[in-house]
Amino acid sequence: MNTVSEIEKRPSDPLLAMVKARLSQFLRRYAMQIGIVLVGVIIWLLFLIGSPRTFLSFPIYAAYMSTTPFFALMALPLTLVIITGEIDLSFPSIMAFGMTVYALVLVATGSHILAFIACLTAGLAAGLINGAIIVHIGIPSLVATIGTQFFWRGVVLVITGGNGTGLTSAIGGVLHTGLVGRVFGLIPAQMIWTIIVAIVVWFFLNRHRFGAHIYLSGDNVESARLMGVNVPRVKMLVFAIMGVAAAFAGVVVSLEVLYFWPTLGEGYLLSTLSSVFLGGTSVFGGTGTVFGTLVASFIIGAINAGIVAAGLTGFWTQLIYGLIIVMSVSLQTVLSRRLR
Amino acid sequence: MEYLLQMINISKTFGEVQSLCNVNFEVGYNEVVGLLGDNGAGKSTLVKIITGYHRPDPGGQIFWKGQPVDVMTVAKARELGIEVVYQERALADQQSLWRNIFMGRELCNRFGVLDVEGMRRETARLMQRHMGFTSKAVTPDSTVKTMSGGERQGVAIVRALYFQAELIILDEPTMGLSLSETRKALDFVNGIKEAGKSAIFIDHNIFHVYPVADRIVVLDRGQVKGQFLKDQITLDDLIAKLQHVAQTGRLD
Repeated sequence: MNTVSEIEKRPSDPLLAMVKARLSQFLRRYAMQIGIVLVGVIIWLLFLIGSPRTFLSFPIYAAYMSTTPFFALMALPLTLVIITGEIDLSFPSIMAFGMTVYALVLVATGSHILAFIACLTAGLAAGLINGAIIVHIGIPSLVATIGTQFFWRGVVLVITGGNGTGLTSAIGGVLHTGLVGRVFGLIPAQMIWTIIVAIVVWFFLNRHRFGAHIYLSGDNVESARLMGVNVPRVKMLVFAIMGVAAAFAGVVVSLEVLYFWPTLGEGYLLSTLSSVFLGGTSVFGGTGTVFGTLVASFIIGAINAGIVAAGLTGFWTQLIYGLIIVMSVSLQTVLSRRLR
Repeated sequence: MEYLLQMINISKTFGEVQSLCNVNFEVGYNEVVGLLGDNGAGKSTLVKIITGYHRPDPGGQIFWKGQPVDVMTVAKARELGIEVVYQERALADQQSLWRNIFMGRELCNRFGVLDVEGMRRETARLMQRHMGFTSKAVTPDSTVKTMSGGERQGVAIVRALYFQAELIILDEPTMGLSLSETRKALDFVNGIKEAGKSAIFIDHNIFHVYPVADRIVVLDRGQVKGQFLKDQITLDDLIAKLQHVAQTGRLD
């Protein structure tokens, strides 16, 4: 035993030592990401063992690629908000508010494209209002966005009177095909959009000055300010982006089901938030990755589809959600402490 | 003789309290000035006037490289190359070393796209040349929270040097540091001298100031009570004089 440990301590081959050092560096740097991928693979294997017939055929994956983007499209920009140390709880209502504007413009002009543009603009405005309340008035984002969450939902209910709008006229149009069509007749277009959004958000977070300032603002506001980072502008921008993303996701969901329900968005709050946290983003701000959020949203999406397919009743869904979230987040916390 | 920074007849009154009284203070080119004084002696007021945070009372004059500076503002001070190293506060713990070095002044192109490789390379170079990190365990991608207090202080000082600061103000850089970490922080102050820049080193611990300063200015009750070139006074004499000042308010 003695000799073995001695060899480990003093690797005779310098090349081997370098490879070892590189490998441990790599593991340390990407521990969170590797961890979340492992969790995903394990869950997938469990499902595969549980019901091989379902999970070896394509339809389950098609269903899965059509519904997961509904919240993944919001979880990605929400990652930015949470890295700055803030939170947004109003996005489900902003989804519905954007679609209300969409419905109004659609009825007035008959154009889905114009309605889409108006919807994104409404989302942008709602996001900017969130930002202004938090940055300029100085209300904590948790409180502010609980308020705006009720407010926008109220606006939606007052305007629509609780009535939905049919969107079947969108079928065959550019917008419908572009956002929720099936690429090659197989892959839902919203899946492609999710990948595109993930790449764009990753780029801005990791390779752009804006992203650098997001990390700094969330990590240590005071030092960011001392070193000349415009923290208020960074925060305004992340909330604005979140608003646009919520409106966009609202359109994707509504076009997929060809109907706008005034309750749109309810039920997405927790799956979106848990995707971000499961993905390794810290609620305290300063750390988090786009890759983690993307993988985690697919884990959250898979649990729902997989449990039913595996022959368990839908009643199990929440229990297993809870278990997986608590266990993975605990694991991440322990890991990050050990790797310090 | 021209100084890097010269302050003539500076007073500062807050309401009824006169915190500085006709102070003359200068920093030469490539000189490390130790500013010693008890709590309430006016050290931080003096520094805040230099950095443009406070305006001095009318009648005082400030010269930078022989040119008068009419109104010193925070922005003006930065533009001239006056940089304050704040203890701990100015680092983002969970971020990598290179992100900390280039904090708020990231290298990027016209569109804001970061030159990540460039920043990593520069950081690696700074680490070897100025920070004395030789261990393979610390890389430009290491997070700052893994570093000791002395090393963090070093990161903050090297950052100031890299961005062409002419005059670096160290506000109690050894506060809260262990013995070996203090040693390290003091090495970085020597690094400022070697890089040809000037520094004001504020502390109330004479054992930290004496070894690295070229000249020591003793401030007491808002007035400059004495100046000593280090090669003209021994540590023991200086300590005796300081005790005398603290008790009587006079130097002799």
